[in-house]
Amino acid sequence: MLPRQVVSNTTETTASARRFRFNWVDSFLWFIRVAAIITIVVGLTGTIQNFIAGEGPTVTQWRDLFVSSISTGAMYGLVALGYSMVYGVLGFINFAHGEVFMSGIMVGWVAATLLFQYGLWDANPFFSLAVVLVIAMITSTLIAVLTEKVAYRPLRGAPRLIPLITSIGVSFFLQYAFAGLFGVGLQTYPSPPGILGRDINILGVPIEGTKLLVIVVAILAMIALWYFVTRTKTGRAMRAVAEDKEIAGLMGINVDRTIIMTFAVGGAMAGVGGLLWALLFRNVQFITGFLPGIKAFTAAVLGGIGNLPGAMLGGVLLGLFEGMGPLLVLDGLGIPAVSQLKDAVAFSALILVLVFRPSGLLGERLGSEERA
Amino acid sequence: MIDFKRSINFGLLAGVSMSFLGSIGMIETFNARTLINPILRMGDLFLYGTLLAIAYFAARGELNVLEQPKVEKGTGMLTGAAVGLVAAVFTSLFLLLIDSVNVVRFFPNMDQSMIDSLTFEQGIPLGLLLLAAASVVVGAVGGLLPALSKEVRKSVWLVSSWVLSIALLEVVVSDIVENRSAIRLIYAPGGGLRLWSVAVIAVLVVVLSRRYEGRLGAFTTKVKESDPKSRLRRGIIALAIFAAIVLPMLLGGILNELLINVSLLILMGLGLNIVVGLAGLLDLGYVAFFAVGAYGMAVLTSPLSPTISPELSWWLALPVVLVLATFAGLLVGTPVIRMRGDYLAIVTLGFGEIVRILLLSDWFTPVFGGSQGIRRIPGVQVPFLGEVGGTRPELFVYLTTAFVLIAAYISYRAQESRVGRSWAAMREDEDVAEAIGISTVQAKLLAFVTGAIVASFAGALFAAKVGAVFTNSFDVLVSIVILVVVIVGGMGSIPGVVVGAFVLIGVLGGPKSPGLLQEFAEYKLLFYGAILVVMMLKKPEGLLPSVRRSRELHQEDMAQDAWLDKEAHLLEDRLEV
Repeated sequence: MLPRQVVSNTTETTASARRFRFNWVDSFLWFIRVAAIITIVVGLTGTIQNFIAGEGPTVTQWRDLFVSSISTGAMYGLVALGYSMVYGVLGFINFAHGEVFMSGIMVGWVAATLLFQYGLWDANPFFSLAVVLVIAMITSTLIAVLTEKVAYRPLRGAPRLIPLITSIGVSFFLQYAFAGLFGVGLQTYPSPPGILGRDINILGVPIEGTKLLVIVVAILAMIALWYFVTRTKTGRAMRAVAEDKEIAGLMGINVDRTIIMTFAVGGAMAGVGGLLWALLFRNVQFITGFLPGIKAFTAAVLGGIGNLPGAMLGGVLLGLFEGMGPLLVLDGLGIPAVSQLKDAVAFSALILVLVFRPSGLLGERLGSEERA
Repeated sequence: MIDFKRSINFGLLAGVSMSFLGSIGMIETFNARTLINPILRMGDLFLYGTLLAIAYFAARGELNVLEQPKVEKGTGMLTGAAVGLVAAVFTSLFLLLIDSVNVVRFFPNMDQSMIDSLTFEQGIPLGLLLLAAASVVVGAVGGLLPALSKEVRKSVWLVSSWVLSIALLEVVVSDIVENRSAIRLIYAPGGGLRLWSVAVIAVLVVVLSRRYEGRLGAFTTKVKESDPKSRLRRGIIALAIFAAIVLPMLLGGILNELLINVSLLILMGLGLNIVVGLAGLLDLGYVAFFAVGAYGMAVLTSPLSPTISPELSWWLALPVVLVLATFAGLLVGTPVIRMRGDYLAIVTLGFGEIVRILLLSDWFTPVFGGSQGIRRIPGVQVPFLGEVGGTRPELFVYLTTAFVLIAAYISYRAQESRVGRSWAAMREDEDVAEAIGISTVQAKLLAFVTGAIVASFAGALFAAKVGAVFTNSFDVLVSIVILVVVIVGGMGSIPGVVVGAFVLIGVLGGPKSPGLLQEFAEYKLLFYGAILVVMMLKKPEGLLPSVRRSRELHQEDMAQDAWLDKEAHLLEDRLEV
């Protein structure tokens, strides 16, 4: 009786000691959380006050901003799928995925310019876009598979920072290889065919044709990917490899081939994302892939890395954050020229997500073992 | 018999590489520099060097357990020649294609001058034959190499690396040696070594290497195994410091400028080495601390600083900058403390970009000047010498050297201290480190803060040297280049960082500054990317690895080596029977 009491006493004291121990890091993290919430609330109130006072953007402008944020976000989501899939299977961040995305846009630009030159771009817009889409997808897939074969395959089982550093190297190599091949200047796609320029009414809301097309293509690609991953044999193999490479190998799955497939599918999705980029922004340069790449990674983390619907959701949310956040929150705080801070908002979103909920919105909480 | 399939595969690889090098305009640019007058230009060196290496690997084949290639001379040469032929055919077809289809609009470098640069300026029919002949000869030489005896191969390697280094160092040599006629004796008027000086160097290298064979290797092992406090080690360090004092006096303005850039990069490399190499935290936003140092110094000292302008002297501003850097280190370090390695990398990258965007934004323009930057930053006041800034590079270089020495001393002492050991433990296994009573929170924050302080030194010096700060000096490329320096030198190794910075920044050029070879300007980041990948694949511990780090990276190999040794002995026994 007596010893047990003693034991329980000690555990109680340690528990209470732990409860009341002041911890600088935790308090700082709490400070960040509270400060973030206060900033957002104050900013929102300011913006609402402005809106009531009749200053700032009008309702139509807010709506347009919302639509373009969602379409940009859908594009991020497609690129994020590649990060998420590779992370799920190999457990490292493929830093070069942004360059995979860029390669599709760049080669697609050659195709689009040629189509435009022969008059097909305007005469047969949807056929031309399909051609550009296929070419962008093939390019991105090839680059993704090639990088896996050359750079990542020999590193299976290396400490986890090694493939990450390798992928940084691959990323810069690809960037400057493309700069050497295509020149460093900014290249422009021909302006989108006439039909896409018009507004199309959806449920009484006029939406710009390009943006509608972007959203539709993103949804179609997502459905195709979902079907591929859940219903086909290769998709099942991919999920098995993500779960446990060794056991999957013992079950007769060709692990190397499955990993290549993962890179290929991620690359193809980046290719689709590339077409959407071309539709939305029309410009391409060798560094085009860098920022969208990091943002797409942010989207993948936001949704829960390794989770495919999460990547798409994260993409759309990130698009909304960076598209609307500056005007919605920062403008209310009285900060000038908020649109310059778009990228900073996206990166702050990444930091805040990792501080608030490191597992992402749809991700499972990772055990300490997996987090190490 | 030669393996045709293998030769064709390697030949195609060589052809693709050669066409690629031509397509990005590298051969054309590099051919502007002559290395050996009149037979070798730098572009050709890269073009045929690639082919040589590929032919070598094609002929060598897979290594057996003894790691001894077993190739017949005839077979090797034939394989290599076949590789060269296939490569030449591929490249020629590629050139013919470019000649017939005009693609300059999409690929600006694929023009007539690219064809000329690959065909020895002889144009399509004749030049292609020359290309084929050269490729077959180079391929055959590459194929012959693995069949030669080890000693011959070593001599070939030594001679070619010495000749090429002396040819590449022409700028340095002609800067140090005042006597013009002496230089004309070695180098030809249009640049490049003279043929007879190549012959002299070759003979000297062969004779000297025979005479002193093995002594250098024995000496390095002796140094490596000696006690860190031994007289030998101290002697070497004293010699290095002496060289650092004497060298700037010998060099001219341009080379001192280069030396300053290199030492600033060494300084940042030493700082990042603490964070990445010692503590194992991959920080991709390291440039943010550099920016804190530079902008802090600019605001505190420049009379043109927009809002806050106390116009302090450099030395008075330095402690303030250090306090700012400490805060920045804590600010970045605290939120990322609970994150695992790869998230940490991306988040620090995000921090780096946020800093740059904020510096550039209208919001902070009243303080930091936005895209206008802050100009008229005074130099460093040194007693007896007056103000030392970028206009007096031969004096400024001593300042940077002094700070490099301080940073090297700090990291050396930290490495061997209790903190250094807890960093090492944390790097190897965080959970175990925590379990044996190391406060990982404290250790991580200390690493971030130390790294931030060292980078802010570099930033403060940079501001004083350039005399102005602009946001484009602080983009992500800087972080990546410093990372490459640390990784190439060897993570966790102080001499590694110094050597890495001299080789990479000195020759290829820094993130924003040209190196010794100006031709690399456009292509240095391509090289940095490729170097990073190759190092990670082949030698993750770096060129001058720290002993502890390379043991960590090769834990599995050690078990394997023991097994291989046994196998090798068995094989040797069998061969003798």
